[in-house]
Amino acid sequence: MEVITARNLVKDYNGFRAVNGISFSVHRQECFGILGPNGAGKTSTVRMVFGFSPITAGELNVLGRDVTRHAREIKARLGIVPQENNLDPDLKVLQNLLVYASFFNIPEREARERALEQLEFFGLSDKRDAMVDHLSGGMKRRLTIARALINDPEIIILDEPTTGLDPQARHTVWQRLRQLRNRGVTLIMTTHYLEEAAQLCDRLIIMDHGDILDEGAPGPLVERHVGAEVLEVGQGAAAADTLLKQFHKQIRGHLVVGDNLTLYPLNGRELLARLQDLPHQFDHYLLRPATLEDVFLKLTGRGLTE
Amino acid sequence: MIRTLQMDISPRVFKVFRRHLTVYRRNWKVSLSFNFFEPLLYLAALGYGLGVYVQSIEGLTYIQFIAPALIASSAMFSSAYECTYGTFIRMEFQKTFQAMVATPVSMDEVSLGEILWGSFKSFLYGSVILFVIFVLGLVASPWALLVPVVLLISGLLFAALSMIWIGLVPNIDSFNYYFSLVITPLFLFSGVFFPLSGLPAIVQTLAWASPLFHVVNLTRGLVLGDVGMNLVWDFVWLVVVAAILIPIAIHLMRRLVIR
Ligand SMILES: Nc1ncnc2c1ncn2[C@@H]1O[C@H](COP(=O)(O)OP(=O)(O)OP(=O)(O)O)[C@@H](O)[C@H]1O
Ligand SMILES: [Mg+2]
Repeated sequence: MEVITARNLVKDYNGFRAVNGISFSVHRQECFGILGPNGAGKTSTVRMVFGFSPITAGELNVLGRDVTRHAREIKARLGIVPQENNLDPDLKVLQNLLVYASFFNIPEREARERALEQLEFFGLSDKRDAMVDHLSGGMKRRLTIARALINDPEIIILDEPTTGLDPQARHTVWQRLRQLRNRGVTLIMTTHYLEEAAQLCDRLIIMDHGDILDEGAPGPLVERHVGAEVLEVGQGAAAADTLLKQFHKQIRGHLVVGDNLTLYPLNGRELLARLQDLPHQFDHYLLRPATLEDVFLKLTGRGLTE
Repeated sequence: MIRTLQMDISPRVFKVFRRHLTVYRRNWKVSLSFNFFEPLLYLAALGYGLGVYVQSIEGLTYIQFIAPALIASSAMFSSAYECTYGTFIRMEFQKTFQAMVATPVSMDEVSLGEILWGSFKSFLYGSVILFVIFVLGLVASPWALLVPVVLLISGLLFAALSMIWIGLVPNIDSFNYYFSLVITPLFLFSGVFFPLSGLPAIVQTLAWASPLFHVVNLTRGLVLGDVGMNLVWDFVWLVVVAAILIPIAIHLMRRLVIR
């Protein structure tokens, strides 16, 4: 079942087109990723989904309702984790959750129970009376996610949930998100971390300059565009034509970035052995599993993170 | 125009107000004593200091004359500060509004919540000054019990006016201009320190356009027990202007935050 349907969705800011007529749908209980570099239009897209930002054109249905006309009802059933933390620095940790719960008209006793439960789940119980500014970045992020869960949402929208976190904090967040998904919560997340998308998302769209470049499950996307492995040839760009001609039977595709050449081999080991037999040796060779980054590079000609 | 001024308001606005109250409960002592201090300084310096040299104004001692007006002006300052610096910090630096509108609260409720909060602060600080003046024996009439009602309305008006400024010049440095170009002139030329009756007719006409002028008329009239139809008209003036400014403020804030 589709919980979000976008058709030809457009977002303009004073004539600047940030989202360029995209269509996608999110299914119940999946983790849906929006992957793209800075300025791709990820935040603009999710802001329209949760009714913050008015849509310029197109159609957008969330939980079976038109966002333009039913923002309030829709927001009551969503949990939002914005890109920038906006915890209330004037309130303590527990108060943050309680005050937020009050905006959903959740009765005080129930709010308290849920808040304590969330703090427990996110390992923040001993911080309940701390001021928000005294929390670490990872704790703030966890608290923001806890806050988004206070109304027991059907869909939770996370805008770059782990940007700026150290690897350990990031893994803690991932673990919690996986648990949420297993509980049956629908997740939508934007990210520019390929690993995050690959680890968590069932399906994703790749965005750039307001357009969707492709969509699908991470594995099949990589398989379709690149294959299982890539072979990086250090400073091989100049020799690209010769190599491609010579080994065209073993190579299904390639990409030149700067002076490096990346080959998409049919059989990586075999191709590597053949290259190593050549009289001319390149700077280095690296045979590795293909990732979403390779897909992204192929689709856009540039990397996700600059 | 009509459509943009339509507002999306539900009782959830009181949840926004309660958020402000919750925060305020943490630091009300400090905040109240600071806000209290300044009008007391005026009262001491002007009432007791300058008052020695001023014979009498309209049959009153100088301190009797300015004390009730200081209720009005400190109420104006408290909502003006709250709904410029306070509101702007919540909006721009703390992103509190963005957090609220991700819940079923609407942006219009956030803005109206700010206005109600600004009004509450006017009410609170003005009432405290009223109490001090009462203790000093400067309240002459039980009509003074109506002063808090006046403070609520004037609070709504100045809160809305301040947020209109934010909506037009959303920049924290611009608030200096707001205070020096709008609030301070109102403070000086609305009959707080001297009656306007001696000034040229043009000044008196201009004063009629000053919200603080009407608030001062009301607080002074009520505190001194000098009540009449003219006070009713002052009150109506404030209600009408507040009712006009509030939707404009809400509209401008929506335009500013929702993009
Ligand atoms: N409020 C706004 N006013 C004007 N332009 C905006 C606004 N918000 C975003 N944009 C522009 O729209 C484009 C898309 O921005 P958006 O924030 O959606 O990108 P993003 O994919 O979330 O990027 P990031 O990874 O940096 O968060 C950018 O070019 C940005 O400058
Ligand atoms: Mg973004």
